[in-house]
Amino acid sequence: MKRKEMIAMILAGGQGARLKSLTTKVAKPAVPYGGKYRIIDFTLSNCANSNIDTVGILTQYQPLVLNSHVGIGIPWDLDRRYGGVRVLPPYTSAEGGKWYLGTANAVYENINFIEMYNPEYVLVLSGDHIYKMDYSKMLKAHQDKNADVTISVIEVPLEEASRFGILNTHDDLKIYEFDEKPENPKSNLASMGVYIFSWKALREQLIKDNIDPTSDHDFGKNIIPNMLESGMSLYGYIFDGYWKDVGTIKSFWDGNMDLLDRNNKFDLYDSNWRIYSENEDLPPQYIGEEATVEDAMVNEGCEIMGTVKHSILFTEIIVEKDAEVVDSVIFPKVRIGKGAKVHRAIVMGDYEIKPGEIVGDPDSDDIVLVGNPDDSLFFEK
Amino acid sequence: MSKDVMGIINLSENEEKIKDLTLNRPIAALPFAGRYRVIDFTLSNMVNSDIQKVAIFTKHKFRSLQDHLGPGKYWNLDRKRDGLYMLHPMVDYSTMVRKYGDLENFKNNLGFIAHAKQEYVLISRSYMIMNIDYSPAIEYHKESGADLTIICKHISNGQNMSQYIGLDLLDVDENLNVNSIGLNFGSKEEYCLSMESYIMKRDLLVEIITEAYQSGNISFLKEAVFSYMDKLKVNAFPYSGPSMCMNTISNYYKSTLDLLDRRNFSQLFDGPGRIYTKIKDEPSAFYSPTSSVTNSIVANGCIIEGTVENSVIFRGVHIKKGAIVRNSIIMQDAKIGETAHLNYVIADKNVTIGNKKILMGDGGIPFVIKKSQVI
Repeated sequence: MKRKEMIAMILAGGQGARLKSLTTKVAKPAVPYGGKYRIIDFTLSNCANSNIDTVGILTQYQPLVLNSHVGIGIPWDLDRRYGGVRVLPPYTSAEGGKWYLGTANAVYENINFIEMYNPEYVLVLSGDHIYKMDYSKMLKAHQDKNADVTISVIEVPLEEASRFGILNTHDDLKIYEFDEKPENPKSNLASMGVYIFSWKALREQLIKDNIDPTSDHDFGKNIIPNMLESGMSLYGYIFDGYWKDVGTIKSFWDGNMDLLDRNNKFDLYDSNWRIYSENEDLPPQYIGEEATVEDAMVNEGCEIMGTVKHSILFTEIIVEKDAEVVDSVIFPKVRIGKGAKVHRAIVMGDYEIKPGEIVGDPDSDDIVLVGNPDDSLFFEK
Repeated sequence: MSKDVMGIINLSENEEKIKDLTLNRPIAALPFAGRYRVIDFTLSNMVNSDIQKVAIFTKHKFRSLQDHLGPGKYWNLDRKRDGLYMLHPMVDYSTMVRKYGDLENFKNNLGFIAHAKQEYVLISRSYMIMNIDYSPAIEYHKESGADLTIICKHISNGQNMSQYIGLDLLDVDENLNVNSIGLNFGSKEEYCLSMESYIMKRDLLVEIITEAYQSGNISFLKEAVFSYMDKLKVNAFPYSGPSMCMNTISNYYKSTLDLLDRRNFSQLFDGPGRIYTKIKDEPSAFYSPTSSVTNSIVANGCIIEGTVENSVIFRGVHIKKGAIVRNSIIMQDAKIGETAHLNYVIADKNVTIGNKKILMGDGGIPFVIKKSQVI
């Protein structure tokens, strides 16, 4: 039987409620990001660029847009004859139907999918983080240490460590303790929610966890602590690149603005590590005679007649004369009328800012979110 | 519905006056409008008109075209049934020569045409850029009972007439019957221009090719069709959308810069169908805080740190700090050095312009920098 060395399981079922109306109609991994992407594209591109050709995507909340975005995986080269990408929603069986109860339960319910490929290792990922990571290097570390689990960690400032799952390790990065959001963190190594499991070890734990009535069926809360307790070998793997959890409106906006900083470690323009996504067959952008575009990313199909500064514009946006877009993220098909001013805002798709209208406040710390959450995030082609 | 029509794109095109840009590629593969190749327009028009089988008869230098088109995936032509076909001319190995004229290639692939399932063919060029829905023309052809329908455009003063010199004119009566076909010397103020798109029954095309080959003195498909005109009822079908002919450097340059007028840009791209092209997965264009861009077309993947005016910038171009690019066309992946100054320049793919270089052409005769040159 053919086998895959490592397959990936992406947890993409969450609502992401702190993103407010951005996730009314779509799952968080399908929220647009960075001018032409959706959040899950970064994880899927990591898989593609790390030569992982078999990926299961565990969905649950508002899956339509995510499903149609992933499709058969063409943009990430995941349309494969053996392997490729599968969207894995909850299902009913002879015993009845049930929703995924937690991250670990979602993987447990898809043991059959994993075993189709008889993998040595399973990479468990979150579909809602922005980073570029070569998982094959992490796999190498996992193999070198002969670990049962390798958890990717990022060093965070110690004062912020209590927001994360913190790993306490020996000098060789062997984990002896895992603290989920500790009050008094002992280290600054935060889990990124990227795990490599030796499949045999994980399978055993998932089955055990499934029949434990006290369990939340969660990787961070249950599986990892249980593995530690049962004496398995867990290691940290330090990632020193850019990593961003874009779970709130402010961090979503910050993350987008990070892309405008060319000195940032996160370079979208690196042709050796492209981020793949659906491409829409639109004409190039048209920059009019009286336009000013500075410190901005603008995507195909836009027509700019006004001023755009320190902003990210998705596709097919029209900025009319004398209109001003500053410090903002504008989703596809938004029309910004003559003389309108948009500052520190996120404008959802297919929406019109009327001529002269003023949105947001340049002096405020807050980011305003405007638009129609009902039909703005599924873009008809 | 045009499922009963097979598309043929004939790339036997005169390249004499555009050869600086076609050293390594046919006109069909010439980059155009920031992110396209010339052939994308004809191919997209056919696909948008529901034509599901398209054969491209190539002439030579087809490597870049093959690379661009691949299996036709981006045009939705990677199909199990029908789809995209590339038909290359053959070399006669006994003499190691390729015969003169495109008729040879059509004769060699006559079986392909003869055995197609579609009842009709639409033969077109690549160099004539339009955004057209062929369906009404096809319907008109079927209903009019003509043997041959030629798509034409009424040209009168003010429509950049000089770009059509050397192309075919149709002598058309008020009932749209074509009496004869002539050549445009540029002396007429008003004329009916042939868009070089022909609709006919597939059987008739087979007959014309066979007949011409048997007669022995015909080298070109176009000649073969014209020699048959007397025996046919020929109609014209009027098209009034945008058109540009990519047959000379000056046409290429002028038509491109004409797109900087927003009306022309919208006319071409808001037409009946989307124009498809090979996908490059480039991120959005980045405009740095030091950039200044006006009246220009910019494609994805560009990093612009300098000044750009009245120019068309293709995918993946990097214009460094202090550089000034005016009235120019900068093709894919070119790098323009710091404080370099370009005016009236066409820079082909992968060109590198060093820091502080000054390159000037003229509005009428742009300065062409050939592919991959380092200056």
